[in-house]
Amino acid sequence: MAKTLYDKLWDAHLVHQSDDGSALIYIDRHIVHEVTSPQAFDGLRMAGRKPWRVDSILATPDHNVPTTRKERAHGVSGIQDPVSLIQVKTLDDNCDEFGILEFKINDERQGIVHVVGPETGACLPGMTVVCGDSHTATNGALGSLAHGIGTSEVEHVMATQCLVAKKMKNMLIKVDGKLGLGVTPKDVVLAIIAKIGTAGGTGYAMEFGGQVFREMSMEGRMTVCNMAIEAGARAGMVAVDQTTIDYVKGRTFAPKGDLWEKAVAEWKNFVSDDGAHFDSVVEINGADIKPQVSWGTSPEMVVSVEDKVPDPASEIDPVKRNDMIRALQYMGLEANQPITSIHVDRVFIGSCTNSRIEDIRAAAEVVRGRQKAGSVKEAIVVPGSGAVKAQAEAEGLDKIFIAAGLEWREPGCSMCLAMNADKLGAGEHCASTSNRNFEGRQGYGGRTHLVSPAMAAAAAIAGHFVDVRTFN
Amino acid sequence: MKSFTVIQGIAAPMDRANVDTDMIIPKQFLKSIKRTGFGKNLFDELRYLDEGKPDQSCEGRPINTGFPLNFPRYKDASILLARENFGCGSSREHAPWALDDYGFRSVIAPSFADIFFNNCFKNGLLPIILSEEIVDRLFKEMYATEGYQLTVDLAAQTVTTPSGDSFGFEIDAFRKHCLLNGLDDIGLTLEHADKIRAYETRRRAEAPWLFDVVK
Ligand code: SF4
Repeated sequence: MAKTLYDKLWDAHLVHQSDDGSALIYIDRHIVHEVTSPQAFDGLRMAGRKPWRVDSILATPDHNVPTTRKERAHGVSGIQDPVSLIQVKTLDDNCDEFGILEFKINDERQGIVHVVGPETGACLPGMTVVCGDSHTATNGALGSLAHGIGTSEVEHVMATQCLVAKKMKNMLIKVDGKLGLGVTPKDVVLAIIAKIGTAGGTGYAMEFGGQVFREMSMEGRMTVCNMAIEAGARAGMVAVDQTTIDYVKGRTFAPKGDLWEKAVAEWKNFVSDDGAHFDSVVEINGADIKPQVSWGTSPEMVVSVEDKVPDPASEIDPVKRNDMIRALQYMGLEANQPITSIHVDRVFIGSCTNSRIEDIRAAAEVVRGRQKAGSVKEAIVVPGSGAVKAQAEAEGLDKIFIAAGLEWREPGCSMCLAMNADKLGAGEHCASTSNRNFEGRQGYGGRTHLVSPAMAAAAAIAGHFVDVRTFN
Repeated sequence: MKSFTVIQGIAAPMDRANVDTDMIIPKQFLKSIKRTGFGKNLFDELRYLDEGKPDQSCEGRPINTGFPLNFPRYKDASILLARENFGCGSSREHAPWALDDYGFRSVIAPSFADIFFNNCFKNGLLPIILSEEIVDRLFKEMYATEGYQLTVDLAAQTVTTPSGDSFGFEIDAFRKHCLLNGLDDIGLTLEHADKIRAYETRRRAEAPWLFDVVK
């Protein structure tokens, strides 16, 4: 019978199927960070258990780490916030105790979990990957089954190498056609969320297929899979093709020599068969997608940069209308105001959605030889990992940002969730390349607008949103 | 998870309805990186007269001598007698963590909030529902007798008083099985350890690149 990519990944990892529909799925890779792991390690200790397979786990601190060079200079002990310090230190201690490989705070391989996994080859095609973070689906770009789990599940996977799961339904998001110039993977995924809504993918494993994804780079595919959760899907994925294989080749933990050939032969199977059944199919024409800007407090509240802020008066559904009114109030926006009239106070280029080298290059391209608008208080560029940072510096991109008045930081989650010192002030508008625009996400009272790296960079220069396609 | 078979212990009162999880463990303690150590801050706002801060030693803090858990006679209590809708409010798993860490193994009440009730089972804590009438009687007997002990027998599904009166309670068969055998999800999964190992052995042969690389 013809199978989908998800069916194949599921079948390949099924250890046990119960009559009640729940199953045990074998987990190949477990990525761990400092926020959702301490209680899990504690649980293991309390029960006198050890991780089932230490070599399946890779850890790195990211959520809490400071991103200024000054605060980073002294490693863990230099972290000024005492709660963050304890969390990072605890991860170090736990990894040391259990013998888990950790890229510690100033290790050049440290970075955001979902950036580090693929770039080191720790996450590979055909794998099952979990991490105590909802954006784990990023790894699905490799043709793997990857999703976020809770703290009890972190402990469960450590102790048993398995996850208790129920099989999800299959959804195909098919984007054909050609993307216009200046339209990026971030715009594609925002357009998808705008179309299906934040609950559109609930209960589904979401495969991204069609010409647009076939032609997209691996890093772009990661940006798209990263935000599957914002469309309600716990897992997002793209079938393995030559782009996948070329990306993985030569990475630190990727197979070499004979094993490489053997692995590639297996990985090529991780595609949906012709005629495989999807429970739901959504089709979008790639040529219609324009640069996107979110205007509200949910990732589905997004329009194109050419549009105006929507008017709640034209919404018939009373619940939605109320949500819109509330969002406009929180965001301090007027209905029907052009998107390009929204001024930005801060700019954040980073996060597991958009902090890879292609993202950094795209932003640098826009600001090259220009100056940040005086009205923009701060524009920070936070590379996703030490490797991204080193690569960008080797290409001189850091200098381009600094010359343009932007700040070049140390790797971490940073202003994506404001657990460290990088925060928005109340009422401030931020052009952000991150993935969530919830109330208070980037700081109490902060107003987030989700955009692509190029759009964020352009806003930093102009001081308000502009259409990057015509910005020169 | 600890198994639960028979517990005999001092009963202590939490004599008010609608005790919420914020009362059980206030929000400032959620920043902790641990699942243990919440016991000293259980009912923090009722037990102490000052405002509790995370990571602070509770020794030397001013004690609310009017709060029953601070009475010498309830020292070492392991069964909490409570009123209706115990554990309402926030879903924090820190609430059962705190009760357990303090030393409670069972909470007896006429009714519980749903999420709290579920969270208890994940942590080896047995919530028992008895009728309002019986709970009231237990309260009265407890107040009248210093050193009042109850016996909870999970296998027999009974709560027995010092005078030998026994009251039956209901419990879901699956949960009973898990508690009796100390099986949490992890314990249950490990019942399939042979299958997991067999899967692993097969994959080691088929796909060796998945093993022993990250270390
Ligand atoms: S960058 Fe943001 S979304 Fe990604 S892992 Fe860090 S906090 Fe989570």
